[in-house]
Amino acid sequence: MQQKSAGGTADIAPAPGIPLVLELADISKSFPGVQALKAVRFDMRAGEVHALLGENGAGKSTLIKIVSGVHRPDQGSIRIDGQEVAFASPLEAQRAGIATIYQELLLFPELTVAENIFMGHAPRTRLGAIDWPRMRAQARELLASLDIHDLDVNQVVGTLSVGNRQRVEIAKALSQNARILIMDEPTAALTERDVERLFAIVRLLRARGVGIVYISHRLEEIFLLADRVTVFRDGEYVATKLVSETGRDDLIQMMVGRRIDALFPKFDAPIGDPVLELRDIVRRPTTNGVSLTVHAGEIVGLAGLVGSGRSELAQVVFGITPADGGEIRLGGRPVRIRNPAEAKRLGIAYVPEDRGTQGLVRPMQLKENVSLAVLARVSKRSFIDRAAEAALAATSIQKFGIRASGIGQIVNKLSGGNQQKVVLSKWLASGPKVLILDEPTRGIDVGAKAEIHRLMSELAQQGIAILMISSELTEIMGMSDRILVMREGRIVAEFARARATQEAIAAAMMSSTGPMALAS
Amino acid sequence: MATATQTVRAGSFRLAGLRRLFGSQEAVLLGVIVLLFVVVGGINPRFLAERNLESILLGNAYVAVAAIGMSMVIVSGNIDISVGSLIGVLATVSGSLAVAGAPIVVSWLAPIGISVLVMLVIGFMVAYLRIPSIVVTLGMLSILKGGLISATGGKWISDLPPGYHLAQNDILGVPLPIYFMVALTAGAAWWMRYSAAGRAIYAVGGNAEAARLSGISRERTLMMVFAIHGMFVGIAAILFATQLSIIQSTVPPNLELSIITASVVGGVSILGGTGTVIGSTLAAVLIAAIGSSLIFVGISPYWLRAVQGTLILLTVLADLLRRRRRTARR
Repeated sequence: MQQKSAGGTADIAPAPGIPLVLELADISKSFPGVQALKAVRFDMRAGEVHALLGENGAGKSTLIKIVSGVHRPDQGSIRIDGQEVAFASPLEAQRAGIATIYQELLLFPELTVAENIFMGHAPRTRLGAIDWPRMRAQARELLASLDIHDLDVNQVVGTLSVGNRQRVEIAKALSQNARILIMDEPTAALTERDVERLFAIVRLLRARGVGIVYISHRLEEIFLLADRVTVFRDGEYVATKLVSETGRDDLIQMMVGRRIDALFPKFDAPIGDPVLELRDIVRRPTTNGVSLTVHAGEIVGLAGLVGSGRSELAQVVFGITPADGGEIRLGGRPVRIRNPAEAKRLGIAYVPEDRGTQGLVRPMQLKENVSLAVLARVSKRSFIDRAAEAALAATSIQKFGIRASGIGQIVNKLSGGNQQKVVLSKWLASGPKVLILDEPTRGIDVGAKAEIHRLMSELAQQGIAILMISSELTEIMGMSDRILVMREGRIVAEFARARATQEAIAAAMMSSTGPMALAS
Repeated sequence: MATATQTVRAGSFRLAGLRRLFGSQEAVLLGVIVLLFVVVGGINPRFLAERNLESILLGNAYVAVAAIGMSMVIVSGNIDISVGSLIGVLATVSGSLAVAGAPIVVSWLAPIGISVLVMLVIGFMVAYLRIPSIVVTLGMLSILKGGLISATGGKWISDLPPGYHLAQNDILGVPLPIYFMVALTAGAAWWMRYSAAGRAIYAVGGNAEAARLSGISRERTLMMVFAIHGMFVGIAAILFATQLSIIQSTVPPNLELSIITASVVGGVSILGGTGTVIGSTLAAVLIAAIGSSLIFVGISPYWLRAVQGTLILLTVLADLLRRRRRTARR
């Protein structure tokens, strides 16, 4: 690692002498209901790779969006070369020399490599038309400067591999003379060979004096590539360290912190026979041989990073994307689940991650949403029994403490927590034996969260088998009888409630080496 | 505390119910229709003559009937722009069968069967092949229109056998098409509101993904919607074919637009998921009444299209304002 700065102890100010190109101080940002960033700081020198690390929801994405002009901070200052700036739009940030490569690459698949690289600033002829020969030549030059010689600038981007598309993005950033390059999980979708090429390019750029903000969940990459690392937790700045002076345990410790064990009212429930059993379930590319068992009365927490295949697994079990291979057993009997209707008939309920697009029919009334999964049951001769429907809705309002003006209220007007309760009551109306909850309390307020946790406990006591997906470690630890960790479409670790620690779970979520030893 | 909120809730619920009744698109349309008759009748009393009222309803009952099916299609999140051409084809088929000597009942029922079949084909392409309905029905429109002109050479069908003219009958002095319009609207409205299948249409149109996760088949629901739409279009075609002594191979131009206008002005959201067939029938009546009133107050009937367009924009604007206010109150 060339160019490692000499200066700096643990919580460091940059070395004097090497100027800061980017300096963020005291940045705060809140969105309705959440404070995403609380007075955080971050800085960047020319020619360094500075890794930004944190769990899902730690505030990394928000920070990137502030630096790249997508969001404006509520408070705090951004300095570039010592000059205070305020970006009104992503375009202004680009002009200031900041380029961002998001996880989902923002290229035009129908256009060629050269057109994509020079999108918005193509070289012009004297008449103002696009100067195609010059554009192609410059594109070739740019790619060559990145040591990329196997990419035809006339090829349509949609036909390229992910690795090649990423190289086009990088060339595009450089064509705009970017001095600060932000890369958000650039290796998430790459093959090993592509990762090596990416690292080579990153090192090349660093040697040229480009500052690189590097976000990755793969700790080993940080040790291979970065000079400094900054850790965020729950929207707060934790520390900045020289990579050479820190270790992986140290970083994990900083990421998860020592948080108070949340006060979730998890009651003890007697654990019964196996209800849901998965054996080597496969649905490529996201589910690569998953086996797990959930017993009656048990809450199994499924932890993992975004993209580890947790929600995809839930969708396989619920028949949204049926399994290609493996066996699902319900109450000991092998079953086939080809669509959600079959899953429902078998007694499986699924409360999806995204209430808005998957859980609710927003223009419909509360009672109509609650009865949607049990229309056959509230109907007589295929006509809806309105009294039965109203009774069902009234019971749900009471049982779940839904705050609504009445059973006829349009659900779109309810708060997030109450909408989630409507989705929950819809599925509990179907009398499930297995309840799959995907991020059951995301984006809802603390009070509603506690109520939903109480409900989960009660349902377990009634003997329902619950599989809970959550990105919040405190929720996983507070609610689960057993904790499974997924990574890259597989279960990689299992912890009994008594044995689980945040550090061990986080380590299993992130690494492809090491904490496998902790499994069971 | 709990009981207090309970009472408040019951009270505000009743109030909300009243507000919903008077604020509904159906109530607004009814009010506008009454207002129109009062105003135009004041200017020219002959507008209120029984014969004129009858002809307003009679000549447009088939539009209202077709708009019932169209409303279901739009509620499900789709649209059918081929309906005008299809009515032309079905009317010609019906007339040709009658002239060729087929039993009259067959010449009435065969077009309904054909219409259902055509709509099942459209429904299959929309539901299973997932082609947008506007594209499928645009293709169907061209096929039907081209086929009709080629087959008939633009000739009219006359010399229809006695007893063929279903729409010219009346019961107790009221023309048959008006019974059709009222009965079919009432039946469809009841079915849409109270049947499990009707609920499924609203769910699929409101959020197809949530409906699917709730165990409702989007594909089967859409096939059903298009089949039922086909039945209403078939009935509309028979009412159209049998109302005059000849059958023109050209339906009124932009008939599909009149039908869609009735649905939209009737309060069916073009985005799917909301609206009623009572609204669409009232809107069809309103549009017909406006057309007639233009003549009675001495305005060129060519203005009718502009009036229809204005109505659409007013409806959408009113809907937008209502939604804004709702959001603001939240």
